[in-house]
Amino acid sequence: MPVSRIKDAFRRLEERKERALIAYLTLGDPDPAASLELLTCLAEEVDLLELGIPFSDPIADGPTIQAAMERALSAGMTTEESFQIAKGLRAGGVEIPLIFMTYYNIVLQYGVERFVERCASTGVDGLLVSDLPVEESEALKEVCERHGVDLIFLIAPTTSEERMEEIVSRAGGFIYLVSLLGVTGERERLQERALEMVEKALRHTGSLPLVVGFGISKREHVEAIVRAGAQGVVVGSAFVRLVEEHGREACSELRRLARDLKEGTRGP
Amino acid sequence: MPWEYPDKRGRFKTYGGIYIPEVLMPAVIELEKAYDAAKKDPTFQEELSRWLSEYAGRPTPLTYCPNLSEDLGLRLYLKREDLAHTGAHKINNTLGQALLAKRMGKTRIIAETGAGQHGVATATAAAALGLECEIYMGTEDMERQRINVYRMRLLGAKVTPVSSGSKTLKDAINEALRDWTATVESTFYVLGSVLGPHPYPMMVRDFQSVIGREAKEQILQREGRLPDSIVACVGGGSNAMGIFHAFLEDEGVDLVGVEAGGEGIDTGRHAARFQGGREGVLHGTYTYILQDGDGQILPTHSISAGLDYPAVGPEHALLREISRARYGYATDEEALSAFHLLSEREGIIPALESAHALAWLVAHSEEFEREDVVIVNLSGRGDKDVESVARREGALP
Repeated sequence: MPVSRIKDAFRRLEERKERALIAYLTLGDPDPAASLELLTCLAEEVDLLELGIPFSDPIADGPTIQAAMERALSAGMTTEESFQIAKGLRAGGVEIPLIFMTYYNIVLQYGVERFVERCASTGVDGLLVSDLPVEESEALKEVCERHGVDLIFLIAPTTSEERMEEIVSRAGGFIYLVSLLGVTGERERLQERALEMVEKALRHTGSLPLVVGFGISKREHVEAIVRAGAQGVVVGSAFVRLVEEHGREACSELRRLARDLKEGTRGP
Repeated sequence: MPWEYPDKRGRFKTYGGIYIPEVLMPAVIELEKAYDAAKKDPTFQEELSRWLSEYAGRPTPLTYCPNLSEDLGLRLYLKREDLAHTGAHKINNTLGQALLAKRMGKTRIIAETGAGQHGVATATAAAALGLECEIYMGTEDMERQRINVYRMRLLGAKVTPVSSGSKTLKDAINEALRDWTATVESTFYVLGSVLGPHPYPMMVRDFQSVIGREAKEQILQREGRLPDSIVACVGGGSNAMGIFHAFLEDEGVDLVGVEAGGEGIDTGRHAARFQGGREGVLHGTYTYILQDGDGQILPTHSISAGLDYPAVGPEHALLREISRARYGYATDEEALSAFHLLSEREGIIPALESAHALAWLVAHSEEFEREDVVIVNLSGRGDKDVESVARREGALP
């Protein structure tokens, strides 16, 4: 089996003494064609892309991403179209890791085996399912391993250290630390607890990179997270809001924000 | 055969389980432990019993209906949950969960509500037990059930409008879950039906099972034997699980769940998950769901807000799979007729939800013999629906 594209990306960043900037956008927002264009543009500025397949009832997402999912679904976005966009990104020369993020019912209804197989064949490297805790992940994990797709798990401020060990033992790709109690969305300030969480999590993540997301939208947040020792950050709602405001014309705004945040990952 | 579901992982065979974000996992595990301990603790059980009798007015009567029995050619009894405090069975569960919240040291409870009955019952328990309370309600439902919104506020609860998605019950649950994600350390989520992640389907069923235990004792006293059939409406399915549970091992008792047929199954405007749905995951549990090919949740319709929800409790999915219960439906029109029928013939105005159960019996009365004993669970009273029915019929502007 080839080396995971995700592992490779973190290794190369490490060599350059950089941390990862992972950008999230909702697939199909504002419409499928524009979504491919915007992602192609953003891919040039970031280290990994996290692509959200829209779901009608996204319980882990705040208002910004909820609205993006509603826009995408009203524009006719489907699961099949999500794979087409991934394929389109690869055909257009995008080489950074692509991660699908969605809710379990989407995977289930497409068919677990078929879904993961399509991830592998369209160039999707990792999968993160927001409402699938480790307890229920056995079947999906087995299929992901067979197809060489990294199954990524979240840890939260409420996760005990014992539970972290359990999650890390099953995780692929990287560990995604949720920096706050709550849903996705921009926050003015980083919670102090977030930095303590990073320290605590780093004691358990072993060789897996630790990335931090939820509530991170500014360069100063990125810098603080990087200083605390995390290997990367995920920024979602701040990018999604630019798509909300500028629609298909959002490319230059996305680039500008990405460049600013990326500076924050280069460390002091 | 003893009924041993759910298993330790919250499974009713393949149904049920725990599908929630990691942030909530520790809370759900903590809840499971706390509930387990409370269940075995006689002090907790005694306290709950005292609240149910002194405060909620239990036991509720089992009423024989002489006129409708004659009309339908069977022996009809109603289990009168409409006479419980706040006018529906919901109080059985909210008192149980609010007492548990206190026991766990939580200071705030939150809940979702559709028709407002669960919201009112939660606000009531919060007021009585001195807990802070916030209720999430879709703006569409707030418009349909204005009186209940005021009632919750009167009881000291904060009612928060939810205007995302279809602006109804499912969206209120989404928002309550999002609140819980952010406040999990101080807050207890009082879920209103046999839905959601484990242990909710089991815990809510247990708190509601007092309905069936009483009904069993009452019918044995009155008829000297078990009933032939028990009929209950099924939204999430808590009143049905509540009355079914004590009879699950009595295999001669026919159990019937009635879903909302809305404007008819063919129109697609309904909430009958067992008619038009298939298996999937929504709000933490694996069960039958109304969804499109991609798994996007479909809008539902029912004249009764309490049945207007795209998923059914996972234990019902199992009962149907093993044929321990059967599931039918009644349309809006049939439920309205039953609403009138029970009012006129017995002087009891039923909730539109409960009217679905009676409507099913009316439509299927030919299946029954004159000596057959049938209990319909009258899960709630119809006062909340009088205004909207009157308006629909042109009796009010």
